[in-house]
Amino acid sequence: MTHTTSPAVDPLLAVPTPGRRWRRVTLGEVVAVVFAVSLVVASVAPGFLAPQNPAAVAPLDSFQPPSLAHPFGTDESGRDVYTRIVHGAGSSLLIGLAATGIGLATALLLALVAVFGGRFADAVVGRTVEVLFAFPALLSALLVILVLGPGPVAATVAVGLSTAPGYARIIRTSLLRVRASGYVESARLLGHSPARIVLRTILPNALSPLLALATLGVGQAVVWASSLSFLGLGAQPPAPEWGAMLASARVYLTTAWWLTVFPGLLILATTLATTTIGRSLDARSAGWGQSGPSGQSGQSGQSGRPS
Amino acid sequence: MSGSRAQAIVRWTARTVLRATVVLWASATLVFFITRLVPGDPAEAALGGPGSQASEEALDAVRQRYGFDQPLIVQYGIAMLALLRLDLGTSYALRQPVVQILADTVPGTATLAVLALLLAWAMALALTLSHTRSSRAGAAIGDTVEIVASAVPHFWLATILIAVFSTALAWFPPVSTGTPAGLVLPVVTLAVPIAGFLAHVMRGSLDEALSAPFATSAVARGETATGLRFRHALRHAALPALGLSAWAFGYLIGGAVVVETIFARPGLGRSLLQAVTVRDVPVVTGVVLVSALVYVILTVVTDALTRIIDPRIGIVTR
Repeated sequence: MTHTTSPAVDPLLAVPTPGRRWRRVTLGEVVAVVFAVSLVVASVAPGFLAPQNPAAVAPLDSFQPPSLAHPFGTDESGRDVYTRIVHGAGSSLLIGLAATGIGLATALLLALVAVFGGRFADAVVGRTVEVLFAFPALLSALLVILVLGPGPVAATVAVGLSTAPGYARIIRTSLLRVRASGYVESARLLGHSPARIVLRTILPNALSPLLALATLGVGQAVVWASSLSFLGLGAQPPAPEWGAMLASARVYLTTAWWLTVFPGLLILATTLATTTIGRSLDARSAGWGQSGPSGQSGQSGQSGRPS
Repeated sequence: MSGSRAQAIVRWTARTVLRATVVLWASATLVFFITRLVPGDPAEAALGGPGSQASEEALDAVRQRYGFDQPLIVQYGIAMLALLRLDLGTSYALRQPVVQILADTVPGTATLAVLALLLAWAMALALTLSHTRSSRAGAAIGDTVEIVASAVPHFWLATILIAVFSTALAWFPPVSTGTPAGLVLPVVTLAVPIAGFLAHVMRGSLDEALSAPFATSAVARGETATGLRFRHALRHAALPALGLSAWAFGYLIGGAVVVETIFARPGLGRSLLQAVTVRDVPVVTGVVLVSALVYVILTVVTDALTRIIDPRIGIVTR
């Protein structure tokens, strides 16, 4: 099974099927990958893209609109917004990655308990996840912040935990599907120990679709975390972090639009890049030998959205 | 025949109500234990936090009144019994009954959310019907609009809308008070991301429906392309999106926190944010329970609607 199973195209309605588009690399995918790579460069070596000091204040140059000297303008202290955005990429991305990691790890733990812990455990985890679905993502994040108090670490944990129920449901389904597959059956017949089957056979196969899901999740996590920062509950203003920049820009919303527009644009671009990469990974992995008609592009992306 | 159908409906209703009640009770339990994890003395928090320097007598009085001196399980019992009487306690910060605060803020947020959901459905339907299986360029544009719409953060969209339509053009006010004009920008802000998600789901199922045998046979009978979309395929496209509506409502309540804060609009979301900031536990509990209630009701309603729109599922199954 190395090819995508595309449904027979009806001659009356002959148009490209969704699956066919993904075989070639699209322009959008190239742009997304280039953007993602520059984000990583900005995180690792911000000085390479923006040699200036992100904390350098110049009171005389405050509130400069975008110009050649300051492509994204300057803020209330005359700091260069472009430099601050580049230097903020690292912490913003780190928050997104860490939150996704926390969400996936929690979800994996829940799903493993549900699938391998017996019927009772499955029922308990299943009901708990169902109840957690009644809490919208931002609300559960706010509950976590209520307990931990505001701050960047709390916001990261909050975003991570609030995405866990959605991931848990998907991972559980994936684990169940792999457990029932022929190759797990043959591993059992070969006499491999249960631990070895779970670690070497089931997990790698069940988790490979997660790569796409995690990529989509990082973008969403960056948006949620920056929303919390914008509301004053995440990273706090002096830090050159995108959400924190937005939070301090809120006061000047009507007078200095560039303070909000450019950090927001970067957040949007990050989500767009991760969504594009995630969807294309998802569509490509669907052809890599998963059984069943899961070839519908973006299928796991839909259900992977935070609830 | 009709008798067994009526019976099935009664059984379905009973099961649904029971299930909804269990989810609500579990939500209340979960919130109760999460709020007990909040650090600090709850009696002190009730009197205005550590800065209030409350006397020992006052603290004791509060402890007795709320049962903070009782074992946790007794406190839980007290809280659940109070909940049955719709008594959610008194706000630490506002010194008002939480039920009163909810009654004041729910209508504003409900208006916002319902209008946003309707607008999102309209935008998603227009987007889906216009670009699914249209030309290659059309599909590419539709795809991009979908992805951008679902990725755009609320706070950013709101800022752009304010900059363009309030500051530059002065068409709509940047502050959303009681006037209808003030509702436009918040509703659009909330609707756009939802429309993106709905359109994405709708397009997948519309695409599938247009390839289904019934579509071919409709075309063979002489149905036009437009007629096929509206009379036959639309029903199929709407189903999965309908299933998403309960989720969408939850997403709207989250979005309301941001939107109500930006547009300085009184509502559930803004009260929640203020309550979280000052650790006003009763208000947070109240808002979370209201949103869980709305989610549960919507899940039941969309489930029932799905069964009505798609007779294949039927009321008897499961």
